[in-house]
Amino acid sequence: MFPKGTKRKFSDSGEEPVSSGDQVPVAPSVAARTLTSSYSLQRQALLDMSLIKLQLCHMLVEPNLCRSVLIANTVRQIQEEMTQDGTWQIMTQALAAAQCPTDRLVATEVLCRQTDAAAQAGQSPKPFSVVGLEEGYHAEEVVMEGDVETEVTMSTLSPVSPQLSSASYLAGPFGMGPCWEEEDEEDGECEEDEEEDSEECVSEGEEGDRDHLSADSRTGEQVFGTFEIKHPVPPPDPALEELFSDVDPSYYDLDTVLTGMQSAPKMGPYDLLESLSSHGPTALSSSSSCRSDLNELDHIMEIIVGS
Amino acid sequence: MEEESDTRKINNSFLRDHNYATEADIISTVEFNSSGELLATGDKGGRVVVFQREQESKSQPQRRGEYNVYSTFQSHEPEFDYLKSLEIEEKINKIKWLPQQNAAYFLLSTNDKTVKLWKISERDKRPEGYNLKDDDGRIRDPSTITSLRVPVLQPMDLMVEATARRVFSNAHTYHINSISVNSDLQTYISTDDLRVNLWNLEITDRSFNIVDIKPANMEELTEVITSAEFHPQQCHTFAYSSSKGSIRLCDMREAALCDKHCKYFEEPEDPSTRSFFSEIISSISDVKFSHNGRYLMTRDYLTVKVWDLQMENKPLETYQVHDYLRGKLCSLYENDCIFDKFECVWNGSDSVIMTGSYNNFFRMFDRNTKRDVTLEASRENSKPRAILKPRKVCVGGKRRKDEISVDSLDFSKKILHTTWHPHENIIAVAATNNLYIFQDKIN
Repeated sequence: MFPKGTKRKFSDSGEEPVSSGDQVPVAPSVAARTLTSSYSLQRQALLDMSLIKLQLCHMLVEPNLCRSVLIANTVRQIQEEMTQDGTWQIMTQALAAAQCPTDRLVATEVLCRQTDAAAQAGQSPKPFSVVGLEEGYHAEEVVMEGDVETEVTMSTLSPVSPQLSSASYLAGPFGMGPCWEEEDEEDGECEEDEEEDSEECVSEGEEGDRDHLSADSRTGEQVFGTFEIKHPVPPPDPALEELFSDVDPSYYDLDTVLTGMQSAPKMGPYDLLESLSSHGPTALSSSSSCRSDLNELDHIMEIIVGS
Repeated sequence: MEEESDTRKINNSFLRDHNYATEADIISTVEFNSSGELLATGDKGGRVVVFQREQESKSQPQRRGEYNVYSTFQSHEPEFDYLKSLEIEEKINKIKWLPQQNAAYFLLSTNDKTVKLWKISERDKRPEGYNLKDDDGRIRDPSTITSLRVPVLQPMDLMVEATARRVFSNAHTYHINSISVNSDLQTYISTDDLRVNLWNLEITDRSFNIVDIKPANMEELTEVITSAEFHPQQCHTFAYSSSKGSIRLCDMREAALCDKHCKYFEEPEDPSTRSFFSEIISSISDVKFSHNGRYLMTRDYLTVKVWDLQMENKPLETYQVHDYLRGKLCSLYENDCIFDKFECVWNGSDSVIMTGSYNNFFRMFDRNTKRDVTLEASRENSKPRAILKPRKVCVGGKRRKDEISVDSLDFSKKILHTTWHPHENIIAVAATNNLYIFQDKIN
């Protein structure tokens, strides 16, 4: 969740195209640079969000086709733009040079592929309690866990969203729930945790991540996947996962930047303040129940991304 | 609008108790029949509830034709596709009435995969005095039959029966988003994300695929069909809308497969408002012909547009439904609201259009005076037979009394489905699990 109370000051908004009009006397070059970097960060965040949504779509046997097509087109559009300004290539090159550390958002991959977690030898199983923690707090926990992140995220997900284990939302052979149960049994250290359902114990090594990173050598195009109604979930692309690495928590300012970028909305200074403060989660997040099936998942992904 | 917005009165606001609302109670479609005497709703639980308008009585003029429950039946049941290991929801996606031809009423209802034709008929007499059966329907012992008698019809309490007359299944691989009955009264089309099928109302075991936009390679898929409708008078013309914001008009006389459109309506993109969300917000969620057949109305995420069938390059009129959301598109994308499918309707004379928004708000636009109004369908702010107050959303600046700020809009309360009486100023608005019926003030 977005931290509350991080209302930005008016002076910060120099980077906003809205206010970079006559009133704000910023050196054009500086302003332009801030603008560009902030824009690319926002774009990156939007891409991350879209990829997560897209991968969640792929988990469904019969996703809402209209929605998945629109999201895929958005990703294409961003990719196209990134290819044009060279960002995309940098990312993929960085990946090719194998400089890809375990990414905290590799979690999305776990969501979307059949990782046989039980098969991977556990190095340091860590019990991880979810219940009782506030969303913002546990999101932080998830991200900070350096080497166990992937599975920890998974374990965070499974109790929070019961649909994950519900067969109706998953591709047939794609069973996550059983994975955890097996593991719980295997790990002696976490036996005490089994008393509480909410506590999941997991083990994961970096090996696992490297394994599937090297195993998957799919091209970026394949992320769009197919919209066929079918069971197999396409393994995600490492190049795209790499993109998750610099997620900017400030992407809730995207609205202003992305939608106001090329346009010149007529806003007074008062309006600007209003609009900035309005990016707080209060109004929109209250609608999280409106899409009951996927939204909870999305919400969790929000936590991961937004932390 | 001919009538002032504040002259609207709440006629009725009921359906199921708010406290007991479950997911299955959420209304997923609402539709008047061609005379306006009946109003049907479908819900996520697969049920169809039909309301009938009361006969007007001179003694109680204020109770002018209220709508009461006439019949309730389970149209669709949850099913399981064993081949795909897939649950098929029972949710009613659309209901369309057939024009009335005899004492019975017929309607088509559809979920994601199967269309059903229902007959709703009344019975107030039952036959009595059969020779071979007794009154309970059991066969009588032949030895006890000593005389012949003539069966007679005896009056009984009025009973409304709904019977499934036809089941049109196995023709859609994707989710059916709309159905439309042809003006020839013999055929209808059912539309899913990639195909349009033409059916004869009498024949359930075959349909004709008239539009197919499925690419050979599904990875190349960038566009889906979002809605389709027959022309109200020309039985060979239909229109379908796409997720890229265009509408295609097809003529079935040209070829059996209408892959080539005869008209293509699209508005060029305004480069000044371009963003990553441009395509998503231009995706058309509903398309409706005007009653006179001259215009098409389309709803996209932020606007409703009226197109003249003779002008393909731009819409005749564009109305902003909730332009204050333009600055919030990223959040709306994040929480998936941006994919909500709002519908739109014409009034009986095609002079006013209506469509829904968030926070239980719905909007009306008068095409002649260019006036518009925002109204709210909610229990808290409206009592039966009270006059609706216009609502205002404040956009930046100081919020005046009675205004609501964009940030306090409730995005879980959305009005997606509305319908307008074909001849009178009566509207029905579905707000989650509540149905609101509003009508003009009676003087």
